Amino acid sequence: MTIVDPTKESAVDPSVVNITINNKPVVARKGEFIIAAADRTDDFIPRFCYHPRMSSVGMCRQCLVEVETPRGPMIVVSCMTPVVEGQIVRTTTDSVKKAQEGVLELLLANHPLDCPVCDKGGECPLQDQAFSHGPGESRFVEEKRHYEKPIAISDIVYLDRERCILCDQCTRFADEVAGDALITFTSRGNDTQVLTFPDEPFSSYFSGNTVQICPVGALTAKPYRFKARPWDLEQTESTCTSCSVGCRTVVQSSRDELVRYQGVDIDPVNWGWLCDRGRYNFESVNSPDRLTTPLVKTGTELAATSWSVALETTARMIRLALAGNANSVAILGGARGTNEDAFAWAMLADKLGIDQRDSQLGDGLSPEVFNLAQATIDETCTASTIILLAPDLKEELPVLYLRVRDAAQKRKSRIIEVSARDSGLTPHAWRTVGFEPGHQAQAVREALSTPEMKEQLARGQVVVVVGRPNLAENEMFTLQALAEVFVAEPSVKVLPVLRRGNVRGAIAAGLTPQNNSGDAIDILNAAAAGKIDCLILLGADPMADVPDSGLVQRAFTQVKNLISIDTMINDSNRNADVILPAAAYGEKNGTTTNLEGRISNVAQKITPRGTSRPDWMIATELSISLGVDIGVSSLEDLNSKLVGAVAAFAPSIDAKSTHGDGVLMARETPVTISGNLSRAIDRNAYNLRLVVSRTMYDSAGSTVSSPSLAGIVTDAAIFVNPLDLGRIGVAEGTNVRVGAEGTNIVIVIKSHNGVHRGTAWLPFNHTGVDIRPLLNISSDVVDVRIEPIK
Amino acid sequence: MSRLNETNTKSAREIIAKYPRPKSALIPLLHLSQEQNGYITREAMQHLGELVGVTSAEVYGTATFYEMFKFEPIGKYLINICRTMSCALMGANELMHHAEKKLGVNAGGTTPDGMFTLAHAECQAACTEAPTLQVNYRYRLRVTPTDLDNLIDNLRDGKLKDEFPPHGVLSKVRQIIPADRAVGAKDPEDVNESPAWLDGKAAL
Repeated sequence: MTIVDPTKESAVDPSVVNITINNKPVVARKGEFIIAAADRTDDFIPRFCYHPRMSSVGMCRQCLVEVETPRGPMIVVSCMTPVVEGQIVRTTTDSVKKAQEGVLELLLANHPLDCPVCDKGGECPLQDQAFSHGPGESRFVEEKRHYEKPIAISDIVYLDRERCILCDQCTRFADEVAGDALITFTSRGNDTQVLTFPDEPFSSYFSGNTVQICPVGALTAKPYRFKARPWDLEQTESTCTSCSVGCRTVVQSSRDELVRYQGVDIDPVNWGWLCDRGRYNFESVNSPDRLTTPLVKTGTELAATSWSVALETTARMIRLALAGNANSVAILGGARGTNEDAFAWAMLADKLGIDQRDSQLGDGLSPEVFNLAQATIDETCTASTIILLAPDLKEELPVLYLRVRDAAQKRKSRIIEVSARDSGLTPHAWRTVGFEPGHQAQAVREALSTPEMKEQLARGQVVVVVGRPNLAENEMFTLQALAEVFVAEPSVKVLPVLRRGNVRGAIAAGLTPQNNSGDAIDILNAAAAGKIDCLILLGADPMADVPDSGLVQRAFTQVKNLISIDTMINDSNRNADVILPAAAYGEKNGTTTNLEGRISNVAQKITPRGTSRPDWMIATELSISLGVDIGVSSLEDLNSKLVGAVAAFAPSIDAKSTHGDGVLMARETPVTISGNLSRAIDRNAYNLRLVVSRTMYDSAGSTVSSPSLAGIVTDAAIFVNPLDLGRIGVAEGTNVRVGAEGTNIVIVIKSHNGVHRGTAWLPFNHTGVDIRPLLNISSDVVDVRIEPIK
Repeated sequence: MSRLNETNTKSAREIIAKYPRPKSALIPLLHLSQEQNGYITREAMQHLGELVGVTSAEVYGTATFYEMFKFEPIGKYLINICRTMSCALMGANELMHHAEKKLGVNAGGTTPDGMFTLAHAECQAACTEAPTLQVNYRYRLRVTPTDLDNLIDNLRDGKLKDEFPPHGVLSKVRQIIPADRAVGAKDPEDVNESPAWLDGKAAL
């Protein structure tokens, strides 16, 4: 949002309005409400329903102030009254006090006095403002209204209607911001209450925000209920790394255990919102399954050991492999950690001459997208045209979805969605360009050549949001489509949306293929061919993340020594030779880089579990064991080395700059992209072309080891268009055989209107059936044949 | 399955076409669904949400504001006996007791055969004709216990079906607006398109 600080505007600016609040001059922006102008002064106006990121509704009437009118002083609602030139506002007169006390007495009439057992008690706007602006005593002696105490309105959120003051914040958020109007006022009148439709849960990806903005204890979230009292909490500001949006958060702990994340409002990124996955996967940090001690394989079993033994063993393995050939060691991963973690490992790899490293796992895009003219999130959301060549943002980068949705709904951006499948943004798209995987470049070329599109592209800045929309197709198709956009409009800017936490920082810090060596898939292919002796997994779980699990399987059987640095046991490191326990999010300091290249700090709040250590510390220790000391003495030392060595990080030289809004990476002179138009072979009419993409709740380690989220993950199924379902001749919900190139799986089939005809959609990495045998990474697209089971 | 049936779905689309924005048609559509089933089923609310492009929760929120939309099965004939001052003075309580005995259910209840629901009502704005009652919101005035007996017997025998259509039916004749005179967007999906009646002419 481009909120201009009005205090910096010149007085002649027509958008500036001068008013007085409590006899002090205040400069306001035209159209602004009194309460927003007052928020920049020291005079606090009490409020419950007002939220600066949502439209004003004047529900609670608490923000009454006095405004001078020709007919004398008048009491008005300050969240609904716009400023006008010369306005005289008073917020502390006797009549204002009387009005505010009256409203509060009425709000409290039916509010239960259960503050001592209420989770909100201690940080409750109603409690606080009852003290600061309330009458002190209630004249209401009658029985208060009663409802069934908390009812679960979703897997995560509980609603206590007795405490609700009907401020409309949660329902407004659900409708206006998230676009999931699944909770609403029902039985309006004397019995108004917030409810869902009967038996339809509030299953929004953003439901946690309603709990955060609820000004009373009406909405509480399962992971935090009765876990702590606000005055017990310690907190520190940090940046979420669950995906690459980089939402600003506060991490809160009690007795050295993470208990809650809350969103922090920063203008350039998240506006205070978080998605539920990012908000609640802190539970995985507290998981009893966390590794607390190094494990080394003795015989066939992994056995706990000391750090010195584990590091010696690791060093010996690496040394042994390097003795033959520097190309027999490879590093996969690094996007989970901080910039410093990645840089320490990159330095170690440099010292050892390991070129084969990749922080992407074959499910991303070539880093060359970072060399194109870059757009920030703000630039994207203020652009005239946003072209989506991206995965479903709602599923993979949820808060970016909120921003782009806002741009299309409330601002002037028009979305042109290029997608093989309907996404969360399809209803907000101005035009949708469908295509069959492998033909997107053609589709983009044709679509953008119409007069209507040309006119739209000429209206102003064009930003392309580019990511990896389909794991069952070669990334080259997306890049070619991107090149076509550059042909149609050379001044276009790019917002690369690679989803993994700190992937952009890891690539910039050097965890990306060096000296023309291959990427993750090439590394795995080399491993499968027996050319890799020692494979280091740096917080990577290729078994879960690389689309082609067969390839990973073959690679792992051939690799002599598998070393894993991770927080938990997973499918990839179960058979590792050494596992070094890593400190998790919330247990280490550093900086992270979001998808637009914004560097901001992540902060430590709790002690690392057991003897686990940050990745950078492990790299440092290992470098000493290997006799190639990377010379890092502390995190500060490492950070200054990073800032000095990598130009992209130079803007973060002052540690303070990474706090708050963070600071953007230095950008290189942009290059352009060109691609030869090629297209995939045509599909046999009996087959369906596969679209494989991620959903928000999948079997990712941090989700399934968070008890509150684990139950939300659904079993794998294949989705087809209802018309295709009819053609296949099976009923919805039955098992079918899905075959591709000699392999087949048996899976439940479902119909979905958002799946285009001729394609089939498989959500990636869900529980139940493993779909990856179908994905052969060496083929450009995957066509499947679906047959009923006789 | 108590979604709108085929005929009513067609009527629903016609009704939606009368409004510039689909969701403005929600109240008439709720009446339509109440007419079909006698009350508003959950499936119908979900169906209406699909038809006008809002969530079921929003349909539910709108519908529950209105006292006359029912969400539980209700008798074919809803008998509302007024109990406000004038009627109370003129024997409404005795009338209610009589009705309870006659139908074998208490006020608020529905007879086991699903024919009658008996309910108290507040002032029906016919105080000069007290005591009054309404059957499916259609008046009977100066009702005596004998009148009530006859009324119930006749309703049960189907003799009054022309006067009292089943609960949920608003009127016996539905207004038909030809498509070319409807004010709704030409393409109900596209709210930006000008209404059909403008027919390309500039708005006044």
